[in-house]
Order: sequence, then structure tokens, then C-alpha cells
Amino acid sequence: MFIVINGYAQTIEVCNTCAVKSINEAIAKSKPFGKIMVQKGIYLEHDIIIDKPLHMVGINNPIVDGEKKSYVFIVKSDSVTVSGFTIKNPGQSYTKDYAAVYISQSNHFKFENNTLEKVFFGFLIEKSHYGTINNNQVSSNAVDQSSSGNGIHLWYCSNIRIENNEVHNLRDGIYLEFVKESEIINNKSYDNMRYGLHFMFSNHDEYHNNTFTNNGAGVAVMFSKFIKMTGNTFTQNWGTASYGLLLKEIYDAEIENNTFQENTIGINVEGSTRITYIRNNFIRNGWSVKIAGACYTNNFKENNFLNNSFDISYNSHMNDNTFNSNYWSSYTGYDLDKNGIGDVPYRPVKLFSYIVNKTPETIVLLRSLFVDIINFSEKVSPVFTPDELVDSTPLMKPIQ
Amino acid sequence: MFKILKYSFYDLMRSSWSYVYFLFYLGLGSVLLFLNNDVSKAVITLMNIIVVLTPLIGTIFGVMYYYNSREFTELLLAQPLKRSTIFIGQYLGVAISLAMSLVIGLGIPFFAYGLLQSTEIFNFLSLIIVGTFLTFIFTALAFNIALSNENKIKGFGYAILLWLFLAVIYDGLFLISLVVFQDYPLDKLSLTATMFNPIDLSRILILLKLDISALLGYTGAIFQQFFGTNLGMISSLAALLIWVIFPVYRIYKKSAKKDF
Repeated sequence: MFIVINGYAQTIEVCNTCAVKSINEAIAKSKPFGKIMVQKGIYLEHDIIIDKPLHMVGINNPIVDGEKKSYVFIVKSDSVTVSGFTIKNPGQSYTKDYAAVYISQSNHFKFENNTLEKVFFGFLIEKSHYGTINNNQVSSNAVDQSSSGNGIHLWYCSNIRIENNEVHNLRDGIYLEFVKESEIINNKSYDNMRYGLHFMFSNHDEYHNNTFTNNGAGVAVMFSKFIKMTGNTFTQNWGTASYGLLLKEIYDAEIENNTFQENTIGINVEGSTRITYIRNNFIRNGWSVKIAGACYTNNFKENNFLNNSFDISYNSHMNDNTFNSNYWSSYTGYDLDKNGIGDVPYRPVKLFSYIVNKTPETIVLLRSLFVDIINFSEKVSPVFTPDELVDSTPLMKPIQ
Repeated sequence: MFKILKYSFYDLMRSSWSYVYFLFYLGLGSVLLFLNNDVSKAVITLMNIIVVLTPLIGTIFGVMYYYNSREFTELLLAQPLKRSTIFIGQYLGVAISLAMSLVIGLGIPFFAYGLLQSTEIFNFLSLIIVGTFLTFIFTALAFNIALSNENKIKGFGYAILLWLFLAVIYDGLFLISLVVFQDYPLDKLSLTATMFNPIDLSRILILLKLDISALLGYTGAIFQQFFGTNLGMISSLAALLIWVIFPVYRIYKKSAKKDF
């Protein structure tokens, strides 16, 4: 009798002293489209299966602890909304992808204002569409790549919006595989083992105004098409294989208004075609842009290259990429007609960067007088560096 | 020794060369900082200049001062003074006055620019430290050359040659040998070769501040350890210190035995 009455009620309350003491019980009792309010407390539960449309609200930050056993929340229904929870300790496994929140084949989900701590995977989302992940904190304490998981992991999804989240100390901060038409906005991803944000086989996605700091590599975009990247900041990704942005086998991307500061390599480009780089700032990187091979019709326009150790590194003689109207802080030419454009073309590839490519140890001779002399002689008559790789309209003043 | 040091120091302070040197750095620092408004770029340019110019000035000044004050030295030698006192005193007089021109000449524009509020203070400090070390090292080397050569022309020639060798030729040989032997593991060799040239050492010290992101790009455990930890800075500073101590010790030894 009691259950029946409760079943009709719109809202079920869960707390240590309530009639309903566990979240699992509340879900079982709730009707579709009902609301579950979970009061402050610690709930030692795992494999909480949400199999009907529900609105779950955590009040005063209830803690759901999975005790490192299995998944914590499993969403298997459309229109599930979860907010205000602290979810921690999902299981850790080398064979199963245990996650704090596992969403499978469910559309229109919404996760807001949750904190996910000590997770293996944070959000693991499969074959789901039209969802929102907003304002969450995802963190772990990853020590090596093989035994750690990703913060927000999407697989075969579309139209997902990931906004204002903070992800750190994981393997990949945000990982997208076969994800279409999704947006990643205003997130902070830092101190991750591998990538801050990782695209694989994902087309027509956008990411804007995110900050990537001190990751193995800031963002890796691989095997993807039509990606828009604007207003992001990539800083302090230091190390032997560290990049602000890694582009591998990608086509038709737009990279605009981003800032790359103090990375070992600002952008590492491999096998990427038809990419436009407009109005980006490259500040004090080891290499601003390192172009490996098979890159065609890339267009660099109106970027600022400020005090980088190497502006462009290029390893082949063939060049099909254009550099126009960029500002290069190491440009030494003059502007006699005062039109703001230098009268002498600028060669961004130095002989020394060619030598360092061949013999990496020579990096200890960086900024030596002898190196300046050989760079100068190469500038006068290019032998080793691509002859036609020039910016023929270098700007005299940086772009604001 | 302090009396000799004081005499040499005041003697140099009275000479216009110290002022020219001081004004050069003052002008350079001011122009770079105030006309450019880009402190990073200014520091890079200053580094390029300091690493080449302080050794040159140090060697030339050291040799010149020694030969010019030869009569005064002979007069002093007639007095009941220890020889090491006379020569070390003269050496310190030259080195300190040159270092002062550098420190004050660069210090004024940097402080006027508002260095204390900016994060560039460590870059500035490493520039100053490196410049001072180079002055002390190359003045000592110049005194060594001058002590060993009675002939002024020969002495000057060797001094210039020494500077040219350490500033340019050494790096050239170093680079060529790295490229020729690129199939072998070279990280130990390249770091060791750096230790044997004070100009390279100073460059590395500044690179550790300015270009650390590029230096960490090379995959090699030894490089990682050297550049990624404080080991690089500590060992470079220690090597620079040895570069000062060793030539000064030789001045001391040589002057004790020299026949005037």
C-alpha cells in the first residue's frame, strides 16, 4: 500500500533517516519522469542502473562511493538528468572500462554540477546523442597510461555539448572517438598523462575557449575532418613528445585565434591537408610549428610568432603550404614605403632547425654565434631549406 | 692586496674606457627595453651580445692593462710586497671594474623599466651572473697570456685568437663533429664539450631560462636529467667557477716564478 502511494508521488527523497535509504531503491520505486532528491550523506553503492527517464538531484552534495568495485551510475534510458552529486571510486580494471558514470544508448541526458573523484573512467558515454555535460569536475590520480582511464570518454556519439568542465590527472582529459557534430567549450584540462583533448575519427566537431595546461600533449586531433578550433589556450606542454596541438591525418580544419605558449612544440603537423591557421599567437615555444611530411595546402595567415626558439621546422624539400602576412619577432627586414609590410621576404625555416632535425644533440648549440653565422649564410643562398618557403609579406608589427 | 686592488680600480675608474663601456651597456639596455617594449626579446638580444662581447672586452682590457701598467708593476716589485698580491690585486681591479660597468650599465635601465614587478627578474639575474663570470674568466685568461708573452703584439694576437676560438671556432668544430658522428650516441659528448668552453656554458645557463621548452624536446635520458632538473644549472655554475679558479691559480703560480 505504502509503495503504491509513494509510486504516485512525483518526488522521492533519499537520506539516512528517510523511508528510502538507498539510491537503487529509490530508482526502483520511482516512476518514469519522476524526481529523486538525495540528501547529504555517504551512499556506498555501485551499479546504480537508471533504466527510466529520471531527474536526480543531489542536495548539499551527497557522496556516492563505488568502493572500487564496479560502475557507479549506469544510465540506460533517455532523458536522464543528474546534478549535484559527488561520485567517487569506481572499479579499476585492465579488462573492463569501469566508469563513475556510464551512459549507454541513451539520448538527451544532462549531467550538471557533479564532482567525480578518484575515477578510472569519469564519464563513459557510448552510442548516445544530444547530451550535455556541464560544469562538472573530473579528477583522478593517474600514474601511468596503462592503468588509468579518460575523464570524459565518448564513443559513437553525436550532438553532445561538453561545457565548463574541469578535468585533470587522468590519462586523456576528454576523448572522442567516432563523435560527430559535438561542441567542447570553456573547459579546463590539465596535468593529464596523455592528451588534454583527443579526437579520433571524429568529424564536424568544434572546440572553443578551452585551456590545456601541462598535459602530455594539449590536444591531439587524429584521422578527423572538418574540426573547428578557436580561442583555445595551450600552455606548458613540456617534454620529448609534447605538443600544444598534434594534428595527424586531418583534413579541412580551421585553427583560429588560439594561443600557444611555452610548449616544446606548438603545433606538430603530420599528413594534414587543407588547414587554415589564422590569427594565432605562438609565444616562446621551442618549435612553433613542426611540419613533418605529406602536408599540403596548409595556409598560415596573420599569426604572431613571438620569441620562439624555432619558428617553423620542415623536414622535406617540397612545399605546398603558404605563409602570408604573419608577424615574426625574429624578422630583421625593413619597411621603406611604410605600408606595414616588410620589403624583404622572411624565411621562417632556419638552417639550424634543419640540422637539429638531423642531429638532435646539436640543440645545445642553440643561439650560438656560429649558428647565427651559418643561418645567415643559408638565408642569403638557401641550399638545405626549401627555397620557396617564404613569407613574402611579413608584418612589421604584431597583430593585436 | 686590497691596496693594489684599490689603486688599479681607481686607475681604471679614471680612464674613459670604463665610462665608454658603462655607457654602452646603459644605452643598449635602455634602447632595447624602452623602444621595443618586449622584455623577452630584449633579454634574448642582450644575451647574444653579452655572451660575445664581455669575453672580447675582458680579454682586450686584461691584456692592454697588463702591458700598459708594466712600469708601475716593476716599481711595485721593487717594494717589499708579495708577487701574488700585486698580480691578483691588479687582476681583481680590472675584473671588478669591468663587471661593475656591466652590472650598473644594465641594471639602471632594467630597474627603471620596473624589473622588480615583472617575472623577468630571473632572466635579468642570469644575464648579470653570466656576464660577471665571463668577465672574470676572460680577464684571468688575458692576464695568463700577457704574463707568458713579453712581446705585446704576440700577446694581443693570442688574446684575440683565444676569443675567436672560444666564441666561434669551437662551436663550429663542435657542430661539425656532432654532425659527422651523428650515428653514435652523442649526448654525453655534447654536454662534456659544453663544459670545456665558458662561452658555451654561459649560453646554456641562459638557455635554461629562455629556451627550456626547446631543450626538453630532445629524447635522451641524459639531456632530460641535465636540463629537466636543477642539475644543469648547478653543474654549469660549478664549471664556470672552476673556469675562474683555474686561470687565477695559474696567474698566482706564473707570477711567483716569472723573471722580470
